[in-house]
Amino acid sequence: LEQRKKHKSSVIERKKEVLSGLENLGVKIYDQLDRGYFPSVEMPSRSIENIHYDPQVRQFILGDRKVRRSARNIRHLKPFTQLTWAAEFSHELSSQRKTSTLRDVYYSAQAYEMTFKDQQESNNIVTDLETVLGFSREDFNIFPEERSAVFGDLTIEYTVPGYEGKTLNLTSHPDGVLIGPALTSSEFVKTTADKVIAIEKGGLFTRFIEENVHKKYNALLVLTAGQAPRATRHFVRRLNGELNLPVYVFTDGDPWGMHIAMVIISGSANAAHLRELNTPDAKWSGVWATDIVNYKLPTDPLDEVDMKRLNELQRDPRYKDPLWQREIKTFMKIRKKAEQEAFSRYGLTYIVDEYLPAKLEETK
Amino acid sequence: MAQITFEEISASDFFYRNRDIAGFTSPSRAVFAAVRELVENSLDAAESLKIPPDIYVRLSYEGEASKEAQIFRLRVEDNGIGVPPRHIPSAFGQVLFGSKYKLKQQRGTFGLGGKMAILYGQITTHQPATISSSNGMSRIYAYKLMIDIQKNRPLILDRKVLMNREQWRGTIVEFCLEGDYFRAMPKILEYFKQTAVMNPYANLTFVDPKGRLYKFTRITKEMPEPPKETRPHPYGVDVELLQRLIQLTPCKNMLDFLRHHFHRVGETTASKFLEFSNISPSRNPKKLSHDEVVRLMHMLKKFKEFLPPDASCLSPLGEDLLRAGIMKELKPEFVAVHQRRPATYAGHPFIIEAGIAYGGEIPKQGRFVVYRFANRIPLLYDEASDISVKVIDSMNWRRYKILPDMPIAILVHVCSTKVPYKTVGKEFIADRPEVRKEVGNGLREVARQLQHFLTRREHVDRERRRLGVFSKYLPKIAQFSTELAGKEQPPDIEKLLKSVRKFGAEEET
Repeated sequence: LEQRKKHKSSVIERKKEVLSGLENLGVKIYDQLDRGYFPSVEMPSRSIENIHYDPQVRQFILGDRKVRRSARNIRHLKPFTQLTWAAEFSHELSSQRKTSTLRDVYYSAQAYEMTFKDQQESNNIVTDLETVLGFSREDFNIFPEERSAVFGDLTIEYTVPGYEGKTLNLTSHPDGVLIGPALTSSEFVKTTADKVIAIEKGGLFTRFIEENVHKKYNALLVLTAGQAPRATRHFVRRLNGELNLPVYVFTDGDPWGMHIAMVIISGSANAAHLRELNTPDAKWSGVWATDIVNYKLPTDPLDEVDMKRLNELQRDPRYKDPLWQREIKTFMKIRKKAEQEAFSRYGLTYIVDEYLPAKLEETK
Repeated sequence: MAQITFEEISASDFFYRNRDIAGFTSPSRAVFAAVRELVENSLDAAESLKIPPDIYVRLSYEGEASKEAQIFRLRVEDNGIGVPPRHIPSAFGQVLFGSKYKLKQQRGTFGLGGKMAILYGQITTHQPATISSSNGMSRIYAYKLMIDIQKNRPLILDRKVLMNREQWRGTIVEFCLEGDYFRAMPKILEYFKQTAVMNPYANLTFVDPKGRLYKFTRITKEMPEPPKETRPHPYGVDVELLQRLIQLTPCKNMLDFLRHHFHRVGETTASKFLEFSNISPSRNPKKLSHDEVVRLMHMLKKFKEFLPPDASCLSPLGEDLLRAGIMKELKPEFVAVHQRRPATYAGHPFIIEAGIAYGGEIPKQGRFVVYRFANRIPLLYDEASDISVKVIDSMNWRRYKILPDMPIAILVHVCSTKVPYKTVGKEFIADRPEVRKEVGNGLREVARQLQHFLTRREHVDRERRRLGVFSKYLPKIAQFSTELAGKEQPPDIEKLLKSVRKFGAEEET
């Protein structure tokens, strides 16, 4: 109950901060205009040179370099207007507790004769707004297309309009529950789980549910569906932080799967202007390159693109840990990759009965 | 032994046999050339009196001649000086007879054009030409005549003297010829249009065989200064001319001979030249041997101290009239004109006038429209061989921010006592280094002016666009921030918009 209270206040607190951040931006621009100045805003630069890895917070952060968007500059004028519009649009969404998507933003602008050139331009403006305010777009109720899901014994309480106070146990639907705006804005009520297992692929997620992994291992199952969306990353962070559940990530045994785990753990360079999307204590539990060797898994050869990616990862500051370096080197040596489904050569339940407990133990 | 007969042929006979060189190469060229020659004569006839020309041209269909050609009746009427009655038969019925063998700028220079047209008409239709003319006094003289080709003499078939009650002045020429108007039409219409550009003080009316009326109305009565006659310049003479001068001269010594018969040669220059060429000043010119005359010609060309010819014998259109003509007929958005100072080639003075017109009704066609003129005559054929086109093609227009896909017309006018035509057809101007240089200088000057205009306009456009951007977006920023800040009243942005107008905001560097 104590946890529940704590969490509830944090959700409301955050909503308030977002709204007042947006309003302050409006006041700042309004005042500058009213005093006869060209309005301007300052934000950290998102250029590559200004993105640094911070070992303290264990994620990428933006450096001290700032950029200034000023309505005095004719080339900034349109983006500045779009930014002001996006802030007003987000404020309206948040205060009316409605959600929308990046695609909605792109089309909504046209009603204000603020037509964006393309989706990319509109996405950039949303990212600008994130950078100016230090909140992610999900905080402004702008969500991407959802595809990830969660399953397990966790009871949540909705905060979205029309569902306030209603609760749901996340085992109630056997396909799992979509990690969408309603779920990410809900409060955690109670759980019997003592760990979180995140899985890259839908097929395996379904297998785990069928094989009762949540019961056998007392776990909440999260489907990342490839690279985890930011809402899902934030959700996993909350499971870890608010419910004190350790997080284990299972991906394909290749550089791309490895990086899906890494982004959950250490975040991405693209989101360097944002905080609280990473889960630094999460573990990558497999499939490792050494697993491919030890379990004698059926493999495919690594192609050139895979090898190039490994080279990049080897130099990436997020990968400096000995375990990661060892696995990268092993991949490079064996020049092979394996999918999670490769365990099926030992029978459909092998992965659940043998591999999973071994790895959970190994990465504890 | 075979017998070879030598026979003399008359000038008429020569041109009859070689009518190609005078531009009468095909039925369509023939119609065009006939119209052109007679219109030019009419323009000259009016200008020599300093009267703004009124010229009426009618071409009417008379019947089929062959598959390619029809018979047309051509009538050209002017308000010019008129031809003295005793000269009418020769002026229109004898080739190489004319008033144009003097050194001043004139449209025709061979005394050939008008007669060639009549000769061509006679050859193709076997019908006489009728000529009426009056100098505005009491009588009108009307002749019906043909040309005796072998003798180069007019044959007068009929002659009438009429009372001139209305004091009409001018000349009417009417005759039939074979031609192909359908194919000549574009060139003829282009000829009238360009003539109207070059003669903004003239009224031109043309009625074509279908009865369509084309009218080009004058916008000014201002006319350029008529050219003065001039003596030949020493650099421009040849042996033939020297011999003729020696025959005619009343002068008894070389010093006087040089002073009296050459352009811009005074006593000092004459003495210096005689010393330079080692000829005694007291020498009687009539006593010079043929070899000495040849040597004299060479020395005249070698001597460096003759003054350059002056341009009083030339009659360029002038910048104001040129601009008026271009504005009137081409209706551009912008025009720049430039008249170069007089220059010479081989002793012949010449002046280049250049114009450039941009935008408005000038078509965009991926390359410049080029209008070429020589002594105010439009040149419509053989464009690619012309010196102006060569200069235009070799110029770096990008330097002036001028691109071929802009709507641009370029005009080059060469006036000279002797236009360096390549052919008797007078359709393109030969590549003379001096002329080429002046054409280049003239074009560069107008190109600079156009560049200046384009840069300025671009600047104004940019300012307007900029202000447009600010007036579009600042109110929106005001609106959104008012809503976002939860204010009742929008902020006052008039001050900001005013400052954009006044000082301009900074550009991103």
